[in-house]
Amino acid sequence: MRTVMTVLRKDLLLELRGFETLPAMILFAIVTFVIFHFGLNRDTIDGQLAAGVLTVTLLFAAMLGINRLFVAEREQGGFDAFLLAPVDRSALLVAKATALFLFLVVLEVIAVPAFGLLLLGPSLGHALPGLIAVLALGDVALAVIGTLVSAIAVQTRARDLIGPIIGLPLLLPALIGMARGAGPLLAAHGSSSPPGRWVAILALYDVVFALLSYAVFDFLLED
Amino acid sequence: MLRNVSLQVPAGSTLAVLGRNGAGKSTLLRILATLLRPHAGEVLVFGEALPRRGFAVRGRLGLLAHDPLLYRDLSGRENLSYHARLHGVAPDRIEQLLDAVGMRERADEPVRLLSRGLVQRLAVCRTVLHAPSLLLLDEPLANLDPAATELVGPLIGRRSGATRVLTSHDPQAALAEADVVLGLEDGRTAFVTTPDKVDAAAVKRLYA
Repeated sequence: MRTVMTVLRKDLLLELRGFETLPAMILFAIVTFVIFHFGLNRDTIDGQLAAGVLTVTLLFAAMLGINRLFVAEREQGGFDAFLLAPVDRSALLVAKATALFLFLVVLEVIAVPAFGLLLLGPSLGHALPGLIAVLALGDVALAVIGTLVSAIAVQTRARDLIGPIIGLPLLLPALIGMARGAGPLLAAHGSSSPPGRWVAILALYDVVFALLSYAVFDFLLED
Repeated sequence: MLRNVSLQVPAGSTLAVLGRNGAGKSTLLRILATLLRPHAGEVLVFGEALPRRGFAVRGRLGLLAHDPLLYRDLSGRENLSYHARLHGVAPDRIEQLLDAVGMRERADEPVRLLSRGLVQRLAVCRTVLHAPSLLLLDEPLANLDPAATELVGPLIGRRSGATRVLTSHDPQAALAEADVVLGLEDGRTAFVTTPDKVDAAAVKRLYA
């Protein structure tokens, strides 16, 4: 736990100093909403369409963060520094996934209200608690799978391509779960709680990939 | 690639590794540092077989490589604090080392603003932060002026008391420090001997 907190603290400090990843993710999300606004040629959207637009935008914004997750480690010797320490190597996975999760939370704190203002027809008010639950579960999947994919990609030459090529198919079930879970919440006169089936699927996906990532991560770090 | 490199380094002694660029010096250090997995042969550090028992030795060795392993957007103090936490070292050790290398006044500046010499001093601090018994030093005095070289001597020199494996492009300086000398040529052992028995012609061939 101490190692996780040490790496997490370092990553958050680096992001505060450089301020590169989060602004890019947030700006991308807002610009994408504007593009959808004009591209769909509709003043407002709701229901499953709204859920699809929101989750796809968050997914692609997350890819920006995923691509940058291990760049400092790769370019400034952070991998070697960590591998030289007498610590559990899986702590790096947990720390990076936690950092990415926090970035996604900050992204959504800004992007979801922006989505509500720019595109969404129904009010977000009643849907918010359920939407937060769905997005939180989706964020866990994005964070865990994103960290795993980023660790694979950063060791290759075509790292900017490998991330999306491997990551997007792996994240598709999570995307489906998020969209199907959020759809009824964002409908006009929609439900205030997400469908239990999709929440369960998302949670199960999170658990499976968390365990899988924990099992393989050590091998990814070896040269 | 390294082939047929075989030797022993007694505790407390210094092994100097000589060879031109690409001879395998850095590869050897990275294998000893548990950062590279050997494909064949046996590597024992403190009697522990690598890579299987790598976790048992990591806390006891320090690597000073070409890359300082410091985050450029963090200050020297922040970088050392990060490494200290990873190694379970008390914070006052950081101040002790910063004083030892004359970096206390510039310890709060981002590393990217420091000269290569000052960065190398911080890298030395990082290397010895956890008081390792084995020092793996890849051209340790690179970018250091004579004053800085004098400052880091007690930390990474013979006076440190640690077992040392060091590489250098300056054969004479390396031989002056060494108890054992390994000459590498294209990844193979050219010679293993003591400094007093080193053949000058053999050293010259290494760098030809």
